[in-house]
Parts: sequence; C-alpha cells; structure tokens
Amino acid sequence: MQAATASFLARFAGLKFRLPGDLAVREAACAQLIQDGLPTRALEAWKYTSLKPLAEITFAEALSDVSALDPAHLPGFFSLLPDLDLPRLVFLDGRYRADLSVLPEAGRVGQFALQPRFGARVGPLDLLNTMLAEDGVLIEIPADVDAGTVLLISLAQDTKGRPIAFHPRHRITLGDGARLELMEIAVGQGVYLHNPVYDINVGDGAQFTHLRLQDESRQAFHLASLHATLGARAIYDSFTLGLGGALARAEMQVVLGGEFGMAHLNAAQLLGGTQHGDFTTCVRHQAKHCGSRQTVKNVLAGSSRGVFQGRIEVARGADKTDGFQMNQALLLSPDAEMDSKPELQIFADDVKCSHGATVGALDEDQLFYLQSRGIDLATARSMLVRAFLAEALSQITLAPASESVIRAFLDARIETAFGGIAL
Amino acid sequence: MLEIKNLHAKIDEKVILNGLDLVVPTGEVHAIMGPNGAGKSTLSYVLSGRAGYQVTEGTATLDGQDLLAIAPNERAALGLFLAFQYPVELPGVGNANFLRTAMNAQRRARGETELDALQFLKLARVEMKKLSMDDAMLKRNVNVGFSGGEKKRNEVLQMALLKPSLAILDETDSGLDIDALRIVADGVNAQRGPNFSALVITHYQRLLDYIVPDRVHVLASGRIIRSGGPELALELERDGYAQVIAAAA
Repeated sequence: MQAATASFLARFAGLKFRLPGDLAVREAACAQLIQDGLPTRALEAWKYTSLKPLAEITFAEALSDVSALDPAHLPGFFSLLPDLDLPRLVFLDGRYRADLSVLPEAGRVGQFALQPRFGARVGPLDLLNTMLAEDGVLIEIPADVDAGTVLLISLAQDTKGRPIAFHPRHRITLGDGARLELMEIAVGQGVYLHNPVYDINVGDGAQFTHLRLQDESRQAFHLASLHATLGARAIYDSFTLGLGGALARAEMQVVLGGEFGMAHLNAAQLLGGTQHGDFTTCVRHQAKHCGSRQTVKNVLAGSSRGVFQGRIEVARGADKTDGFQMNQALLLSPDAEMDSKPELQIFADDVKCSHGATVGALDEDQLFYLQSRGIDLATARSMLVRAFLAEALSQITLAPASESVIRAFLDARIETAFGGIAL
Repeated sequence: MLEIKNLHAKIDEKVILNGLDLVVPTGEVHAIMGPNGAGKSTLSYVLSGRAGYQVTEGTATLDGQDLLAIAPNERAALGLFLAFQYPVELPGVGNANFLRTAMNAQRRARGETELDALQFLKLARVEMKKLSMDDAMLKRNVNVGFSGGEKKRNEVLQMALLKPSLAILDETDSGLDIDALRIVADGVNAQRGPNFSALVITHYQRLLDYIVPDRVHVLASGRIIRSGGPELALELERDGYAQVIAAAA
C-alpha cells in the first residue's frame, strides 16, 4: 500500500518542522511507515479489512490552517450532542477548541503527548498517527480523585468537498485509586479520515469507564487505535457503539499488568448500505487473577460487513485468568456479511477462557409470535433487532447522575441510524 | 363465527389436513380432540397464518371474512387469537412493551384510539390480578425464564387484554399442574359470553372439566370424524381414540 502512504508521507515532509513535539519520534515513525507501508489484507490482523478505499482519496493538506468548518454548521452539530451540563473537550476537524470546551475541575487537562507508552505493539495506524498528530488531549487524574464524567467530542467536516485527515493523539492517565468516566462522541459530515490514537494508563485500583459513540459521517473513515495498560485491581470498562463511517475500525490493545485487573471490551455495531465496521481486540493477561469480558453484537443490513477479531493472550504464570468472549451477529439481508475470528493463545495452566460466535437471521418463530398478536412484520422485525441490541447496551455501566440522559441520547442516535438502513 | 369448509393443507408435500369441516358459532366453546399427528396443531397454525403451510383447497372465514387471504397480524386484528402450546421467548423485549404494542397495533387496525402507558398499566394490572400474576412480570422479558405455568398465564393475560372474538387454545393444558390449570381455565371462562368463541385443542379430557365445551369434535387423519356434546370427551377418555376412530371408519 505504498500509494496510500505516499500522500501522508508527502504531507509529513511539508509539515514536519511546524509540528509540535519531538521530531525524532516522528521521523522514526515515518521511517517505519516507509518500510512497512499501510497494511494490506495479506497481513493476518487485516485479513478482513482493506484500506484500499483510503488509497483512492487524496486528503487535503495543511491541517494547520484554521479549521474550515463552517461556523453555520455548529448549531447543527451541537444538536447532535446530549443535553448534559458536563465538562467537555471539543475538537473540530481534529483541532482542540478551547472556546467550545469546558474543562473538568478535577485532574489536569493539557494538550498532546506524542511519546508512546505502549511499547512493542505499535501498529501501522499508530505510526501514521505518530507521524502526523497535531493535537489531542492529555488527561491526568491524580491518585484517589474521582473526576466524574467528561465528554470528549470530535466534530468533523470536509473542506468544501475536499477530504481532510486528522490524527488526534490522546493520553489518559488515572493515578492509583482514581476514577473517570469518559464519554466520547465522534460525528461529522462528508469525507474525512479520523485516525485517533489513545494511550491509556489505569493505575492500581483505579476505574476508567470509557463509552465511545462512533457516529461519523457515512462517507468517513474512522480508524482508531486504543492502547490501555492496567495496574493491579484496576478496571477498564469500555463500550464502543459503532453506527457511522464508510469504513471504520477500532482496534483495542489491553494489557492486564497487575493482579486482579478487569477489562470489559464490549461493543455493538449497527451497519447498513455498504458500510464496513471492524472491531478488533487483543487482551494480554500478564498477571494472575485478571478477568476480561467481551460481548460484541453486530446488526448488519444491506450489503454491510462486520468484522470481529478477538485475541486473548495469557502469559506464562498468569494463572486464574478468566477470559470470556462472545460475538453475535444478526444478518438482515442475504448480502450482509460477518467475519468473526477468535484467537486464544494460552501459556498458563490454570486458566478459564471461553469464546463463542453466532451468526443468524431473525428467528421465524419469534416473528410469527409477534405477528400473531397483531403486530405487522416490519414492526416485528424492528422490535427484534432492537431487542438484540438492547442486550449489548445493557452492558454499559454509567454514573447515575447522567445515565438516563446518555441512554436516551444513545437510543435516539440508534433510532436515527435505523432510519438510514433497511431493516 | 368461524366457518371452515373442506380445508386441505400440507407442509413439505405432506398432507396434514384432508377435507376438514368445522363451524364454531359466536358465543360457543368447542373442543377438538385427537391423537398425536391428527393435525390439531396444524389447524391452529393454518388458521393463524404461520408460514410453511400450504392450503391446497377449501376456505376458512371468521365472521364472513376470508382468513386465508390476509397476514397473521390482520387476522389478529379481526379478532383471532392463538394461545401457543409453546409460547415463544423474546429476549430483550419487555413484556409491558410487547403487550402495549400488540394492543395498540390492533386498536389502530380497527380505527380505535391508542392506549398511553398509564391507561395500559391500569388495564394490565386488573387482568394480572385475576390471573394471580405478579406485577413484576410486566418488567421481565417476554416469557424469558418463565416457568411453564407462567408462560401459559402470560398467554391468557394476552388474550384477556386483546379481547379476541375467537381464541384458539393449542394444548394450553400441557405442562400445567392442577392449580395452574384452574387459574388458566378461569381466565378463559371469564372471557365467555355472547361475543366470544373458542376452539380448545387438547389431548386429554381433564382440561374440559374446567372449560366445559358446548361441542366436542374428534380430529383424525386431518378430518373431523365425529362431533358431539361434552359427553363425547368422556367417551374418548374411557374407550381411547383407537376405538372411536375405528367405530367412525
């Protein structure tokens, strides 16, 4: 995929002396990217997701110019956000907007940290991000502080029809015993590439609840890489709801590095048309008594395609590991496709790891039962699809103060997404 | 009034109903009894419109309207209700939402105003009390984790709320203990009146001690081979199906 890389490399060449942070880190990423190129389907980790469509687009350069987002569109964008009086960090076209943001009282919020803490597992999209990242948040919650709920919002729009690309770099650190609930919302219009990287550290006994709503433009590319390292008794509770994007991938790499850590990597995708949604995880159990839970549900209409790749690695000595993975897909059309690939690599002896996958159509008996009560077929179908998703959404745990608003907001976004696809 | 004339139906090329004639006048409760494989469940599915059955001959009308030409939900709106032998579980669908959606779909189809959440709750609570059902059943997912008795009670609750003009009870007694049977039977009997008719499908006479039918029909090899009063059920219980079928042949 040298062609796809070329435009990004050219952009780096033009921008590099104006980019913030350590240039040597960027140069190293650039050299690696030149060597590797962007991934192709020949790579096992990219077997089901092709970045070819990305190569066919020339993204406008010089993101450093003032955001081209038309201010007239802002009210429209903000109407897409939940009505919550909460701290919010707002990005427009990948650039942090202090004027639209409200900083949380607890913790420290700054901008941008490039040096990755995630070590050897650097993927090609991490390299692309490292090379071109211009902005991002740095959130640090001190030990034993509960920072409450914070919104992280990404609004994007192509520049008068010219596609743009942005590569935000977020670093989130919870000190020992700290707590944070982060709700992310990514929305936009037109063609763009949103390529965020998250560098997450959850200290001993800390709890990070991470809710991600990916509701990008249906023409956009959303390629997210998340890296989280957990301390002892730390909890990383994440839920990704994927509704948008022409091509979307969320790759989560989680290291359970201390005893009794717990990671939830739950997700739901609702796709139609020709959308492609890929949820890829790798959980590395490196300490004893850790747990990981993954429930991933996909509703696929039209000729959409869902991908789930779930890898669990249990290191030697990580005894009493308890890993669970379940992937379910509902295919609403004969042209929809689900690719599911669980991978378990276990080097410890005393381990409980299970995985399961189901792919199916709506149940005829259930449809008939609803119809026999007077409910028409279309409504019956939509009830059963919602029921299928409801089980996934019930995995989300939220602070009581904002829970009902956030759930209503998610339901509304799902309703809108339903409107765009044929059930 | 339910009128079935010369009904023939098959599934996967296998003929199950073979010239069935039956009339259930409005206000009456009729029982259909018969051995396994006689076509009892097929009759209930063909009348309610389940996919997979092919009607090759004959007619079925409810109050003069052709049932076989319309979709299952339209049959329900006309007043047809099927109490399932094995009620289906609907994970993720709340019982209250299910019941209200069904009631409002039928009300809409009949040009009546829809019920809001409060009006619905009020109605549901009254009927649930009669069936000794806990209010918590409304919050649970439809039939998920329900015992056999709870599922059947939930069927009767739906019937009580939907107020059909014709209820088909498909082996509603299967899997019920005596207490549950009595509650379910009381629920059905409460619906009886000049505007309600029912077709009670059962293997055993026991249910008919509680829901006393106006007429009893014997179904064998896809046809009604004999009809009579409630005493016919007792005769079947005493002599067995084989003898009654042989005598009718």
